[in-house]
Parts: sequence; structure tokens; C-alpha cells
Amino acid sequence: MATETLNPVGAPTPRNTTLGKVRTHPTQNEGLIFEKSSPGKRAVRLAPLDVPEVEAEALLGDAFRVDAAPLPEVSEIEIIRHFTRLSTWNYAIDLGMYPLGSCTMKYNPRVNEFVARLEGIAEAHPYQPESLTQGSLEVVRELEQCLIEITGMDAITLQPAAGAHGEFTGILLVRAYHESRGNARRKVIVPDSAHGTNPATAAICGYEVQNLKSNSLGMVDVAELERIVDEDTAALMLTNPSTIGVFESEIHKIADVLHAKGALLYMDGANMNALVGKARPGDFGVDVMHLNLHKTFSTPHGGGGPGSGPVACKAILEPFLPTPVLARRGDGLLGWNFDRPQTVGRVRAFYGNYGMFVRALAYILANGPDGLRQTTEDAVLNANYIRASLEDLYELPYKTASMHEVVFSDKRQAARGVKTGDIAKRIIDYGFHPFTVSFPMIVSGALMIEPTESESKEELDLFIEAMRAIAQEVDETPERVKNAPHSTRVSRLDEATAARKPVLRWRPVTE
Amino acid sequence: MRYLPKSPAERAAMLERIGVRSADELFHAIPEEYRLRRDLKIPRQMGESEIIEYFRNAATQNGSGFASFLGAGCYRHYRPVVIDSIVQRGEFLTSYTPYQAEITQGTLQAIFEFQTMICELTGMDVANASMYDGSTGAAEAVMMASRITGRSHSVVASTVHPEYREVMATYAQHQGLPSLTVGYEAETGRIRLDLLEAAITDETACVLVQSPNFFGVVEDIPAIAEIAHAKGALLIVSIAEAVSLGVVRPPVEADIVSLEAQSFGVAISYGGPFCGVIATKEKFIRQMPGRLAGQTHDADGNRGFVLTLATREQHIRREKATSNICTNQALVALMATVYLTVYGKEGLRELALQNMAKAEFARKALSAQPGVKALFEASPRFNEFVVVTEEPVAAMQARLLEQKILGGVDLSKWYPELGQATLWCATELNTRAQMEAAAATMAAREAVGA
Repeated sequence: MATETLNPVGAPTPRNTTLGKVRTHPTQNEGLIFEKSSPGKRAVRLAPLDVPEVEAEALLGDAFRVDAAPLPEVSEIEIIRHFTRLSTWNYAIDLGMYPLGSCTMKYNPRVNEFVARLEGIAEAHPYQPESLTQGSLEVVRELEQCLIEITGMDAITLQPAAGAHGEFTGILLVRAYHESRGNARRKVIVPDSAHGTNPATAAICGYEVQNLKSNSLGMVDVAELERIVDEDTAALMLTNPSTIGVFESEIHKIADVLHAKGALLYMDGANMNALVGKARPGDFGVDVMHLNLHKTFSTPHGGGGPGSGPVACKAILEPFLPTPVLARRGDGLLGWNFDRPQTVGRVRAFYGNYGMFVRALAYILANGPDGLRQTTEDAVLNANYIRASLEDLYELPYKTASMHEVVFSDKRQAARGVKTGDIAKRIIDYGFHPFTVSFPMIVSGALMIEPTESESKEELDLFIEAMRAIAQEVDETPERVKNAPHSTRVSRLDEATAARKPVLRWRPVTE
Repeated sequence: MRYLPKSPAERAAMLERIGVRSADELFHAIPEEYRLRRDLKIPRQMGESEIIEYFRNAATQNGSGFASFLGAGCYRHYRPVVIDSIVQRGEFLTSYTPYQAEITQGTLQAIFEFQTMICELTGMDVANASMYDGSTGAAEAVMMASRITGRSHSVVASTVHPEYREVMATYAQHQGLPSLTVGYEAETGRIRLDLLEAAITDETACVLVQSPNFFGVVEDIPAIAEIAHAKGALLIVSIAEAVSLGVVRPPVEADIVSLEAQSFGVAISYGGPFCGVIATKEKFIRQMPGRLAGQTHDADGNRGFVLTLATREQHIRREKATSNICTNQALVALMATVYLTVYGKEGLRELALQNMAKAEFARKALSAQPGVKALFEASPRFNEFVVVTEEPVAAMQARLLEQKILGGVDLSKWYPELGQATLWCATELNTRAQMEAAAATMAAREAVGA
């Protein structure tokens, strides 16, 4: 048996050596599932048909599909191996810290998954009689009430399927409100520090986007806001805490400036993980906001979704909520009310991403008021611990107090030719998912770090050590950082070719 | 709190490093008047066993053990066990959008496989990584058609799922995109081609139809495409029952297909999360919303996958993006990918044929009863059908419920012109015994002298 150490890519770390908290381990190669296909293999056996067969070609006529879609033909063991092998190529919260700023990659409790799959919940059909859906509706009602209390708002819809969909719904409420007063108004103000979804949302709701430059603290420039808000302003879309992780401490003035001109304050709730149980947007002047159940309320990100983006609002916007809304009838039963003459309409079929409601409520029940408050405190504690442990080596562009995330810049490292993206790739070798890179755009070369409450001191210390080691590498061996990662299955991928000559699907090799 | 991995001593050590005395001090930026100095009024912290008990109670209140003939956009199909085994792997479940390609090749390759399967099923050239669901996908498809054609109007078949049409109307109205609805032929349940032709103008960006449509009737896609294309409009085909693609000819004449993939192994779960997806012709890629995974290679020549063509998306283009969509339905798309791999080429065909056979049997069994008549019987159908009863719908459904049967969806709210009509669905999960019991209950009306 060969005992020689394999080192095919000439990586600087020899076998069996630990770097930070990791050591390399073989992963299986695996082709595309189509490449494993061979006619006649199958992974399914249907129950025998207990009714007469039909002549599909005769019933469908020209609409009959002559050639079956060339889906893969494989067996069950190959399917399990295929997807298990693919899964081992992913990083995940379950493996370690995932400090993507703005994304709130917290632990996804397993009891959430369990209860969402209980038969009576997972199989409920939206058109079954309300008398047979009271359990599902109770879950909706309980979650609505919890979220209203947490946000300090008056009313809510759970219909939007994700954060951006919630923004869309919220801005439609704003629009309907202004229209009901005779003028939809023309523009929505969006700070330059905002998520890209904010301006994109304002545009698809038919508004002009007016950019608001941040002040020298990275916060809303209230004087500038006062200058540009006018009777044509429908709303300001504000993320609070902002994308640099800072609470807009002049929030009351911001709200007053808007309200004085009849404009509304929309809050992007992406960073609600810094506030739950400590402060409520409804108490500080917000008129409408969305939540991300997949951020703050622990529903899994699942590789990009599903999410859920409830929209909470003040009473003045309640008449415009998407239809239907949940109501308790005279007989005590819960039911959907479709009689909503001022509604903005539906934003999604049925009632939203219901399975996410179940998970979010399970999370809230597991925490209670004390647990949610401690969660928020720990999230802010973790971010500040990282800040205090790295600010001597990484540039802190804004010295304002951090809440749940801290944003550094690569200014010092860039002077040696190493950019935030390089540092991000290098921290992969140390066993971490990178922070958010190059966002927010008001920080040149941003490193946006959101640890969440789910990290232990031990994991944070390892992250801090890794970041400090990389800072040293930048000084001593910058090429090692610039060519990272060195330990992954694939090295840096050619994104330019992918975009220039898109290959977006597999095709069989033709002779 | 059992999800928080810190001891009091560790918290104290961390506070010391930061240089504050308490975590509360870290919140000083929030003006005191806005600080919440009381407990949230929400239920107290529960143990895991209590949480499970809470949701078990909710599940029980929903009622169970019913034979269901409900479809109408949410379809009951068997979900192979391997789906949940795979999607509950933490590496898929607890991973983010695959922006860091080197450590998300698993998700990226799975998306690439999903895109490929959707192309093969729909006959389109490209498919995206997913949309929220079929309703928002259809609305986004209409906006996409408007961008491609530079026209603003849409023409929509009244047989598109009524809730999809409501969503489409919400999206369209705020962008100033007028929409016209075209009705169906009373005899066939298919869109009226004469009205369609008359409705399309020089301003029409697209025609949106669903096939199989809301009545379960398969539309004549080639004929509709010809009419739309003759006037320079695009054709969007919405597919709500994806299993139909196992036996129904794919809408290859369409310019955009908006598919709801819930039928591919996704629990109904009271209507979500589901999995929309948009597929289109290659030439329209750059106007497509949503994420796309593409194949490329790394510095050593290994095949790999990345998210690509992101210059269409909001995080790059902001207000000029093709859509504001960010989070999609990735894990649900993975469920569909596993499902399609389990069923495969022959299995999906066999499954689709079983669905047709069950629905055919159910339709015949029900319509053989006195006072029950099936509509659109001469039209091609998949696994749904409409029946009209002499008995009022509410009374019939009440009698069925007593027999633990969930009868068809009442259509009077959306299609009052059909009278006492219900939409029934039979899938591979409906047994002959269930269908015979439903038919017997319908027949029993005479016997009780109602």
C-alpha cells in the first residue's frame, strides 16, 4: 500500500497538519447525475394501478408527449451517494461559524424541522374547509401576535415569500396609502448604504429612486434628508441598524422629518437580530417594515431559500394589507377575510411560505421573552468582541458603536495589494465561511462580519486567531493570501468565462 | 437558553475584553426613550417536548384521515423518503446562497442539475435557479415580456389560476402594465381563440395561459402561439401541475414558461413553501429574473460551477435590475431535483399515466351518478376535471365530509357562470375505493330524498 503523502496542488500545508481549526480530508469526486444515467435503471416502484389504464395518446391527441423527458435513470443508492457527495462540498452553519454580514447565519434548530413535517401540518391543503384548518390558522395567529409584539406595530401580513417580496409589499402599502389621500407621490429615498433590493423594490413599485448620501459617521445625514424630503416623497427606506451595524440614533428626527412632509418611514428589518426584545421599531417612528424569518427567526437558508418576509405596519396602513387577512369570526373560529376593499391585492397565491411560519414560531416558543432578549444581547456581544479583538489590525472606517455586526475595510491590507476578497478566500483555508465582501458600498473594500449569537467564545477566538494570522500573512507572504483558497476541492473559478459564454445546462455529448 | 453556547463566565470574559460592564451597555446608541424595559408579551420559554406538543395539538385540530380530491394549484403526490433524508443534511439545509463558489460546489452543481431537468421537461433552452412560486413567477414572466418587447399590455386567459391572476394584477397595476382577460369556450374549457386574436394589439407584450389550465384542460399551445406571435406578442405558459409534463407535450412554442414545481416532491404545507421557476429561450436570458448557476472551470482545469450573469440582479444593478428577487426557494428546488432523479425518465411517464387513469376513473364514476355532470369531456385533460351538480355545492360537500371525503373545490367564487361547479383532482394517491365512496355518496342524495 502506498504511504507517500499526496500533495498534488503543492499546497503549503502538508498532510495531517492542522491550520487553525481544520485539517484536510478527502472528498469524493462526483459527476453530474446525468452522467450516471443508464437506460433501465430506476429508483422508484409505483403501487400497481387499481383502475383501468387509459390510452393517453388517444385522450390527449396532439397534446401527447411522444418523447419522455430525458431525466436521469439511476438507482436509489446512486441518488443517496450523489447528493451526499455533493453535500460534502458545501460549507454550512452546522460545520462552523458563517459570519456573513447582513445574512444572520444563526443556528437552525432541528425541532423546527420536526414540527414543520408533522403530518397534519405538512399535508394541510389551502382549500380544505376552514373548520378543518383551525390548527394551521392558530399557528398563523400566534405568530402574527408574537411578531406584532416584537416589532411594536399594529398589524401584519405573513404573505410575502422573502425579504425582497416583503419590501415590495411594504412599498405597495405606502403607495396605496398615498393614493388614498389623492397622490401616490413620485419618489422613494434610499440611503447609499442600503441593500440592493431596496432601490430595486422602489423601482418595481413605480417609484423614482433618490439616493441619500451617508454622513461621515456612515449614518443618515439628517440635514441632507431634510433638504430633499418634499411633498413628492413617498417614503424613506431605512435599514436600522444600518448595514454598517450602527443604530441610527437620530431615528426619531428622521421620522419627524418624513412625517412633517407626509412621507412614511419604511424599515428594512434585515438587521432585526440586533433589536428583538431590546427596542421596537413601532416605538421609534417606523410606519412599515418587513422581517426576514430566515434571518432573525432561525428558519434555514437552505442554500438560498426559502425565506419568508412578513410585513408589519401601523394602523394607518392596515386597510391596504394584501388580501386575505386572518380574522376571528363571531363563532370563535379563525378564518380568512377577503372583504378588503382598499387592499393592494394579493402578492402571492395561497397564504405565503407557511412551513416557515411553523419554524419561526417554534423558535419563538423555544426562546420566550427572556431567551429572545439574551439572544439579541449575545449577538451584539459577539460582534463587539470581534471588533475589540481585530481593530488593531484591520481598519475600522466608522468608529460608531457596533450592534450585531462590525464592518472593517481592507485599507491596510490593500496597501500591500491584498483585497477583502482575497482575505475572504484565505479564511476558507482556516475553516470558516467568509464574511460579506465589498458591501456596504459606502465602505471601500468592506469586510462585513456578523457572527450572530450562535457562536461560542471558543469558535470566536478561533476566528479571531485566523483573522490575525491572515493579517500577518499579508505582511509576510501576501501571495499566499492572494492565491487562496489552497485547501478546497476547486481553486478560484473562472467567473469571466462563465458569464461570457454561459453554460447553464448539461447537454449529452454528441458524437 | 439552550441555543446559546455561552456560560456566564465566558460572557463576563468577553465583556471585559470589550471594556464594558454589561451587555446592556452595548445598546447605548439606542436612545433611552426607545429602549424596551419590560419583557415581550409572548409565550414563556418552552421545552422541546412542549413545543412538539403545541404543534401536535395544532395538527390534530386540523382534522385527519380524509380522502382528498383537492388540487387547484396544490397537488398531493407521494414524496419518496430520500427527499427529506437529503434536504435535511445540514450541508444543504444550513448553507447560504452560493456566492463563495469554492465552498458551495454542492449547492451549485445541484442547481445546475435542476436547471437542466427543467429545460428537458419544458423544452426551453434555459431555466433559472427558482422563483418564489408559480404565481409570482407568472407575474415576473409578464414583466420580463414587457422588457423584451418594449410593450406594456398583457392578455391573460381567465383559465389561469385565479390566485395567480390576482398576483399578476397586483404586480402589473403598480407598473402601469394594463391587462385584459380572455374567456374560455363553454364547450371545451379552452381559451377562446377568436377573442384572444381580437384582444392582442400592437401594445400587447404577451399572452399568458396556463396548461393544463385551472379546469385541468390542456390548451392548444401551438395555435395560441401562432396567434400571439403573428402580432409580435410573446407567449407565456404557466404550468401549475408539473407532473403533467410526464405525458403532456411540452410547450415548446412558448417564449417563457413559468412552472410551479410543487408537484415534484414538495409537501402542500398549507400552500408553501413551493418552488416557482422561469424557463425561456436562450436569446432572452439577459432579461430573465433570478439566479443562474453556470458551468466553468478552476485554475487547474477542474469543472466547477458559479452563480453567473449577476449583472441582471439587484445586488449589482440596484434600481435597474430585472427584478428585486434575492432569496429564492433553493432548498425546495433541491427537493424537486431529488424527486425527478428518483422518478427518472420512465418513472415520471408512468406516474403521469397513473394520474390520468385515476382522474379518468374518478370523472366517470362521479358523472355516472344522477344529478352529476362532467364538463369539457371532449377536451384533453390531465388529472383534474370539473363537475356540475344539481345539488348545491355546500350541501354536497357537507355530505362528503361526513364520509371523511374532501370533495372538489367550489368554483362559484371565481366562475359563477358555471353554476354549481366543483374542481376535482385525482392523483396516484387516490385509491379506487376512495373514488367509489365519493361516487356512492353523491348518488346517495336521491336515496335520502334531498
